Amino acid sequence: MKMVRSEKLIYEYEKRDEEGNVIGMNRAVDGVDIDIAQGDFVAILGHNGSGKSTLAKHMNAILVPTGGTMWVDGRDTKDPMELWNVRQSAGMVFQNPDNQIIGTVVEEDVGFGPENLGVPTDEIWKRVEDSLKAVGMLEYRNNSPNKLSGGQKQRVAIAGVIAMEPKCIVLDEPTAMLDPNGRKEVIRTVQELRRKKKVTVILITHYMEEVIDADQAYVMDSGHVVMHGTPREIFSRVDELKKYRLDVPQVTMLAETLRKKGLKIPSGILRTEELVEALCQSN
Amino acid sequence: MSIKLEHINYVYSPGTAYEKQALKEISLEIQQGEFVGIIGHTGSGKSTLIQHFNGLIKATSGALYYDGKNIYDEGYNMKELRNQVGLVFQYPEHQLFEVDVLSDVCFGPKNQGLSKEECEERAKEALGLVGLPEKYYHQSPFELSGGQKRRAAIAGVLAMRPGVLVLDEPTAGLDPKGRDDILDQIEYLHKNTNMTVILVSHSMEDIARYVSRIIVMNQGEKMFDGKPKEVFAHYRELEEVGLAAPQVTYIMHALKAKGMDVLTDATTVEEAAEEIMRSFHD
Repeated sequence: MKMVRSEKLIYEYEKRDEEGNVIGMNRAVDGVDIDIAQGDFVAILGHNGSGKSTLAKHMNAILVPTGGTMWVDGRDTKDPMELWNVRQSAGMVFQNPDNQIIGTVVEEDVGFGPENLGVPTDEIWKRVEDSLKAVGMLEYRNNSPNKLSGGQKQRVAIAGVIAMEPKCIVLDEPTAMLDPNGRKEVIRTVQELRRKKKVTVILITHYMEEVIDADQAYVMDSGHVVMHGTPREIFSRVDELKKYRLDVPQVTMLAETLRKKGLKIPSGILRTEELVEALCQSN
Repeated sequence: MSIKLEHINYVYSPGTAYEKQALKEISLEIQQGEFVGIIGHTGSGKSTLIQHFNGLIKATSGALYYDGKNIYDEGYNMKELRNQVGLVFQYPEHQLFEVDVLSDVCFGPKNQGLSKEECEERAKEALGLVGLPEKYYHQSPFELSGGQKRRAAIAGVLAMRPGVLVLDEPTAGLDPKGRDDILDQIEYLHKNTNMTVILVSHSMEDIARYVSRIIVMNQGEKMFDGKPKEVFAHYRELEEVGLAAPQVTYIMHALKAKGMDVLTDATTVEEAAEEIMRSFHD
């Protein structure tokens, strides 16, 4: 079952000068084919301005293609009749938690989404409770969101999306503004959601360590998909990644450095345990 | 020209229901030319602390000496202090506002009362230091990429020629290359100008790579203050307060636990690689 699929997706917008005159066209996404199955965990990597956020915004029809097609849960996002169905299928979480939280009490904030969908009150309360439980924030249900840490706020934002029961969550750099603990909390939460609720997860990030558990990763550069594969396949191409202004996890870099110095270590090492094992064997 | 804090305490909203002690008895000294990292979880007091360095926040009690003079003394020249201690806030590109890059960077020196020529000279020097080429000078700052915007914003502070540069998470939201570019530029500046650099960051890997001293903040208190190797040796305690050591430090500990004869104090990929190679050749 396909969750998100695009075919030759193009997104162009007009470039304007200060007076608002059109001075040209900019192609932010240029002929992208992606194919994401229901329940998958997919990472999208790419430097600032590579087109990855623009692509992500197509997944819940914040933007619609100017060329090609995007289907979310089988629905063409260009079809205005499908807009609300698309938005309900794919929920989005953004970088800055402070821009996404609107309620004065945590549970109110989480209930906002389902309320807008016209869900009956009893059902809203049930969903609020379930969602807060799923992100481990139930004990904060009566707190004020602005007293929470960054990681906690981001988990509340995720609960708000979950409460709408989407089949897919798209997270656009959800950890960029968080401290190490906040980052871990958010990633752990997302992975649990995927396991327990079988939600499709699409994660955009600049932290390479966060994608090692992904089923597949796409790398974008100037609007194109330039690399596609499992994290192991992608992270074993260190030099190519650097060319696209990206990086590899520190453990992968260390393994690569040791390999170049002549130690027998397989390429594409992603975890501490793998490197430790490889070194113990060659010792 | 050191910065010296003695028993600094700071209380937010004293006497109200929101009263919160953000800094508790902070004493430390930073010498001219040091490259210091400050780490701590969200809400640990890092940002409050750095805003004391240029007098933006005044301590509830305690003393802060810049170049030997207590900045809380009556008649102290606060304006001069702010010229000397340049603060780059989080997401500094949100503060860009001028019609072109050069004018934006000129804004600081213009406020210092310098002539137009001097302002431009300093602005060009600063833009050179952050590695922003001349072709961008007359472009709108809003047309630059994320990393370029941030560099333009940092240049705006450098143009005031501060003796101390304080950066609050200068790489947040940048891609890996943009992150390395900015930090490499800062390191270059530090090496070539004897400027004191104070870097607040959530990336332990970055901190380990660039700074020579780390101050760890936790719940308003100074928890550790030492060389990266010393501080990251306390990785278990760091984890308890929401921090961590760089990934390579964990690798070294794991190797040691498996019986390999390695020292566990590496904090960068290069150090770890060297230590592992040494153990293989011994």
